[in-house]
Amino acid sequence: MDNPLTPRSNDLGLTAASKANTPIENQDAKSFFAQLQGFWVTFITMFKKVNTVEYPEVKEPTAERFHGRHQLNRYEDGLEKCIGCELCAWACPADAILVEGESNTEEARFSPGERYGKVYQINYLRCVFCGLCIEACPTRALTMTNEYELADDSRKKLIFEKEDLLAPLKSGMLQPPHPMAEGKTHIDYYRGEIKGGSNG
Amino acid sequence: MVPEQALLETQAPVEMITVVIDGFEVSVPKGTLVIRAAEKLGIQIPRFCDHPLLDPAGACRQCLVDIEINGRAFPKPQASCTIPVENNMIVKTQLTSPVAEKAQAGIMEFLLINHPLDCPVCDKGGECPLQNQAMSNGRPDSRYEGVKRTFEKPVPISTQVLLDRERCVLCARCTRFSEQIAGDPFITLNERGALQQVGIYAEDPFESYYSGNTVQICPVGALTGASYRFRARPFDLVSVDSACEHCASGCAMRTDIRRGKTLRRLAGDDSSVNEEWNCDKGRWAFKYLTSRERVTSPMIRGEDGELHEASWPEAIAFAASGLKGKRAGVLVGGRATVEDAYGYSKFARVALGTNDIDFRSRPHSDEESSFLTSVALGLKTTYKDIDKADKVVLLGFEPEEESPIVFLRIYKQVRKRALAVISDAPFASRGSQKLNAELVTEISTISGLTAKSVILVGERLAEKSGALSSALALAEKSGAKLAWIPRRAGERGALSSGAIATLLPGGRPVSEPSARVDVAAAWSVDSLPSNPGRSTSEILLALSVNNLDAVVIGGVDPLDISNEALTQLLNSFVVSLEISHSSVTAIADVVLPVAAVVEKSGSFQDWQGSVRAFDKAIADSLSRSDVRILSMIADEMGSPINLPTVSATAREIAALGLWDGSVSAFEKAATEKSAIPEGKLNLTSWRLLLDLGTLQDGEANLAGTARKASAHISATRAEKLGVKTGEEISISSDLGAIKLPVTISDMSDQAIWVPRNSIGSQVIANLGFVTGPVTVVKA
Repeated sequence: MDNPLTPRSNDLGLTAASKANTPIENQDAKSFFAQLQGFWVTFITMFKKVNTVEYPEVKEPTAERFHGRHQLNRYEDGLEKCIGCELCAWACPADAILVEGESNTEEARFSPGERYGKVYQINYLRCVFCGLCIEACPTRALTMTNEYELADDSRKKLIFEKEDLLAPLKSGMLQPPHPMAEGKTHIDYYRGEIKGGSNG
Repeated sequence: MVPEQALLETQAPVEMITVVIDGFEVSVPKGTLVIRAAEKLGIQIPRFCDHPLLDPAGACRQCLVDIEINGRAFPKPQASCTIPVENNMIVKTQLTSPVAEKAQAGIMEFLLINHPLDCPVCDKGGECPLQNQAMSNGRPDSRYEGVKRTFEKPVPISTQVLLDRERCVLCARCTRFSEQIAGDPFITLNERGALQQVGIYAEDPFESYYSGNTVQICPVGALTGASYRFRARPFDLVSVDSACEHCASGCAMRTDIRRGKTLRRLAGDDSSVNEEWNCDKGRWAFKYLTSRERVTSPMIRGEDGELHEASWPEAIAFAASGLKGKRAGVLVGGRATVEDAYGYSKFARVALGTNDIDFRSRPHSDEESSFLTSVALGLKTTYKDIDKADKVVLLGFEPEEESPIVFLRIYKQVRKRALAVISDAPFASRGSQKLNAELVTEISTISGLTAKSVILVGERLAEKSGALSSALALAEKSGAKLAWIPRRAGERGALSSGAIATLLPGGRPVSEPSARVDVAAAWSVDSLPSNPGRSTSEILLALSVNNLDAVVIGGVDPLDISNEALTQLLNSFVVSLEISHSSVTAIADVVLPVAAVVEKSGSFQDWQGSVRAFDKAIADSLSRSDVRILSMIADEMGSPINLPTVSATAREIAALGLWDGSVSAFEKAATEKSAIPEGKLNLTSWRLLLDLGTLQDGEANLAGTARKASAHISATRAEKLGVKTGEEISISSDLGAIKLPVTISDMSDQAIWVPRNSIGSQVIANLGFVTGPVTVVKA
């Protein structure tokens, strides 16, 4: 009795009764127009703009907030924003991030303040692109780009190291290690008061 | 008579006082604080400044409760950590009194007003009393909308303790600890009001040997250790109960491991030993494991004279062939665990068939051998005896430098009841000054000791001929309790494991035929060697003149023994069991890597003789304990010692038990009056706690608080030499010289003291001896 084709709604047998009472020629005419209506949609669609793109020859931009590959950002003078606090690693529900911090020294400074991230790995075999890590980051060091082409042919290649994740040096940026801008503290950096150039 | 007195003391009726807390009655001894009476009922009053081992301060005001005595209520809530219980007292905590609850919430709000919200990056986050109690007793949200007070951070209090002032809740735990427990009042609360902060004096840096405890008891993350800061959070760590390998005090420890590395060590709780404290060396000196180049695989010296990596079977076979049928000795070193020392002892007797074994890698004497054989294992003195002592005598022993927790125990009684301390040191060191010690030059002049007195004998007493005999005579004459406190953690255990020529395991004398039969039966061998064995220096001498062909060396630094020790090894077959590359591995024929303390299980015996067992902290370490490697060599040699694991060894030690027969009498040595030649000074020395010891390698922050090396001479002598404090003098022997700045102390004009192994003052390497006549001139 529980035929999947029978309508779920309780029609009190009215459909069956009306079908029985309707003349056969009437039924055929209705069916013909119904089919025409269906094919009309198909026909019209043929002249509409298609949504498919010829990926990978053609690449459409993603939504602005699309969660793609991560990036480790820099301050305007090239110092890294990451302080090696590991908050991203704890926030990660997939345990995809490994961070090992190290102390900055006067001779080798990679970030303003006391610490920098010496080892930074994201395992893209594990990452679920949820974005909890970038929410956790206290210095906005970690953000997500819109890059989504992350497929590869080995496990090793999908564990991204710090150098794979670091933002490229823009003009005015200097490759760390280098000292903080003269007279500036890590607080000035944090407040975004640093302009390009190492003495900026 | 005296034991009866002691009995009376312990049985003296304690006046009990009954109070009502939150409607529940509880009886506690008179003098108990309200906060602790509440604890007894399981009622937790929030607190920050309160610490059971520190004097009450009432600094944080978090523990406010409503108190009523004889029907009269205090007008305002009172700090329960400062008020002792009284009869007819009715206490209402935050659980029953809305006033107390509001007061506590108010205090919490005050404390949090300027407290930074950096919990996620704070070292204390996750184990923070402020965090926990803000959750349990604080408001759910903040009403404060202003800008929080900030300070420059961090401020280094010393090279190893850093201060974040805005996190501080001014509980004064750190300052009270430094003053009351360590006796180093180098930190204090400066300024007043909102600017009040912990600070150091400009002239005196926080160079306390116990500064790490302030980091551990800080209830917030205001004080952090420079070596652990930002390395991990509590929930990243795997904690393992452990024992300290640095001295014979026997501290209970906790080792925190992350990703296979020790990140920090904390003092464990053991009220009968270290209470809740430890010293900075125990807390921070653990990087020796990774600082120097670890020996990672067995190595064999090839035809070309270079060490080459080899497989384990190859190296074991090579070691066995070099030892089999040869006249060989064993140098254990003072850092072996009980099980490893037992392994060396059994290996020497069974596989090598010799009694040429000694754990002493330091200056030693025959008198000391006799003392260790006949007396040391029978001593039953404990920390409790120090607590009850009427006088403490320190002979050849500088507790703050050589066994810091013993120092804390003595200092506790000195502070509490002005315990009299007598020391035979040549001048009043910082430790002696804190203990207010009376200095004596001759042991025989000490008088007035009773059966309640305690004589603590250090390993350095062996350096003066006849001194151990005098100490023993003093103890016998007065009935005072005697204790032998070696400097290194493994020495007491090595002694009871028979890693010395005259003793078999369990204190069985080698000279006693029944003891030898006893042990031979337990070890399933026909007989054990009965010929008298050699001591460390005799073994080294025999090796150099080819009376011995080979030697098995544990963790020994030849420069701890003498400046010739290393060259004496050159002509023999040397099997070295080592953690890292050292001067011994550089000349060894076979180098076998062994596990460090965190990589193995085992036990030490503290100076009381009690066992301090520890487990493997780094679970997946592949390093092997010494005893396992010795067992493999013995198998290869065809005379197995059957000690495949540490636990099997521990079982065998337990099954063997202790010797209950007679021991040979102590052979007294005559006191030698060594006349100091005209124009020379009598040099004495001891090691400072923080110095150039190998186990402190790689910890620059710790080394930064080491006391600077200086030579102590009297004011008259300084005048004669024409030097003032801080100016350099040159101290020389036939062998060499050292240059040190002068410190003027109250001491004999004929005496000079220098640290034994500090930067710029390596006495054995540069002068060739640790005590004796030296020429001193202005540099």
